Amino acid sequence: MGKYFAKKLVIYLATFFVAVTINWAVPRFMPGDPILSMIAQFQGLEGGQQIIQERFIENFGLDQSLIIQYFEFWRSLFRGDLGISLMIYPRPVFDIIKSSIIYDIIIVFPAVSLSWIVGNKAGAYSGFNKKADSFVMPFFYFLASSPYFWFAIVVVYVFGFRFGVFPTSHAYGTGMTPGFTLPFIINFIRHWFLPFFTMFLVGLGGWAIGMRNMIIYEKKANYSEYMKALGAKDKLVRRYAFRNGVLPQVTGLAIQLGTIISGAILVQMVFSYPGLGYRMVQAVQTQDFFLLQGCFLALITMALAANFIVDIVYMIIDPSIRASYEEEG
Amino acid sequence: MSFWNKIKKNENIYYAVTNTKVQIGVVLFLLILLLSIIGPMITRYSYTEFAGPGYEPPSSDYWFGTTIQGRDVFTQTVFGLRSTILVGFIGGLIASIIGVIIGLIAGYKGGWLDELLMMLTNVVLTFPTLAVLIIVAAYLPYRGIVNMAVLVGLTVWPWTARAVRSQTMSLKNSRFVDLSRISSNHIIRILFEDIAANMFSYIFMVFILQFLGTILATVGLEFIGLGPTRGISLGLIMQQAVNWNALELGMWWWGIIPGLILTIMIVSLYFINTGLDEAFNPKLREF
Repeated sequence: MGKYFAKKLVIYLATFFVAVTINWAVPRFMPGDPILSMIAQFQGLEGGQQIIQERFIENFGLDQSLIIQYFEFWRSLFRGDLGISLMIYPRPVFDIIKSSIIYDIIIVFPAVSLSWIVGNKAGAYSGFNKKADSFVMPFFYFLASSPYFWFAIVVVYVFGFRFGVFPTSHAYGTGMTPGFTLPFIINFIRHWFLPFFTMFLVGLGGWAIGMRNMIIYEKKANYSEYMKALGAKDKLVRRYAFRNGVLPQVTGLAIQLGTIISGAILVQMVFSYPGLGYRMVQAVQTQDFFLLQGCFLALITMALAANFIVDIVYMIIDPSIRASYEEEG
Repeated sequence: MSFWNKIKKNENIYYAVTNTKVQIGVVLFLLILLLSIIGPMITRYSYTEFAGPGYEPPSSDYWFGTTIQGRDVFTQTVFGLRSTILVGFIGGLIASIIGVIIGLIAGYKGGWLDELLMMLTNVVLTFPTLAVLIIVAAYLPYRGIVNMAVLVGLTVWPWTARAVRSQTMSLKNSRFVDLSRISSNHIIRILFEDIAANMFSYIFMVFILQFLGTILATVGLEFIGLGPTRGISLGLIMQQAVNWNALELGMWWWGIIPGLILTIMIVSLYFINTGLDEAFNPKLREF
């Protein structure tokens, strides 16, 4: 268990290191000198260009050697200094990220865990039930194939405008003041529902397909046949097949996390839901590069944290890892 | 007839072409492909032209309706489809090549090289692809179809690398590989002629998934507005639809039809992939 954990930790650290390095290198080494063209954009402002230029030179440390720039970059990162947003001037990027990340968590976390659980159950049911299988599988394939943002568009159209049952943009109504009041909470949940629902449904299909294939595989395994020959109840055989099928699904979850977080960026964009993804897209559109880089780093960190949680879940449910842990301890 | 007999002799291909999922998938995919090839030829409009009145729902004049400014959605969709398929093909190819090479080397060599390559793979896998693409694409002064495809291809390969690695590990101890090794064949020959050739069907399936992954990532980028700097793309059409509040105005055709065609294409690729999986994997064959 210690070894397994150490290996994972190295991967996490390496990923973070690479992310920060990309963040540092991209504006400096891309063809066409992005920093200069950024500065050039502010040419129209009277005296503004001077201020912006100084800001950029200071923030990027452009007057120093590359190695010093690199170390300085890390140092300011550890101080929590990610620069200042140009879009919402002069709010620090770190501040914006802090207030946005909660929206990612409340959408992604429930959507992923619920779609994983429901998807596995539905897939297992479909794997054991031939009649249901041919009926629901095309539907699951359709869900799994839908690009997140397209599905969000469909959901907005159907539930937002056709039936008009849910609001389709922002985290809460414009007239609301955030607080623990009943109207606000209801309003908040109503705004939260559609982005959550989109993420939930698109994720569902993939998990169901995965589990269904695992079950068909396990159903033919020798132990299943043997149990049936011994006269074990169907229910017991199913339970064993499910337990064996669940483990690769957890690994699948770890592999899919990147895709899911990518999907969340686009879903937030469709719903103008003010999480990191939405901020990132806004930053692209307004050329706010400090905010863009800050969001990038925050999203990577979120992906790492999510991976860490999945790892822990895996350790809890994988008997072989658990066993080696008990031996060690 | 003799062609059919030849197919029958090769068990894998026989099972592949008689699999219902493969058949449905191939038919659907060919239809979409045909649409992307013929569509631009038969359309009466160009995708930038104001073809008619705005707000037109689908009709015999404007098959997929028109945008708010009166551009023809059908024309935009078929041209966008072309660019999307092209990006998917190039990017998928690049991703497959990188993934196969890394997977082969890591699986065959083992040891520290394996550890290092797998570490790299896991690092890239942990990244939310789209976030990386956004940050790089945002700084690119000019984005064309080819450099977009390369960019996406460079980020979506890890999945292939892992799959090919585990296949390689199970193949490398088989007798024919041993034989090749004691005949002192060059490692490149062993890797490509003995190992890769024996998982060709597998690599083909991997390519389908990479094609699909590249398309999804690209369309996502286009939707954010980081697609090719010139021309039209499926993601761009949908972005414009959302930006112009097409849904609020009831113009469902603008945002939903292009995405529906994309989704049908992805479903078809999934079907081909799953069908091939069943065909090559006897355990999944009959249900």
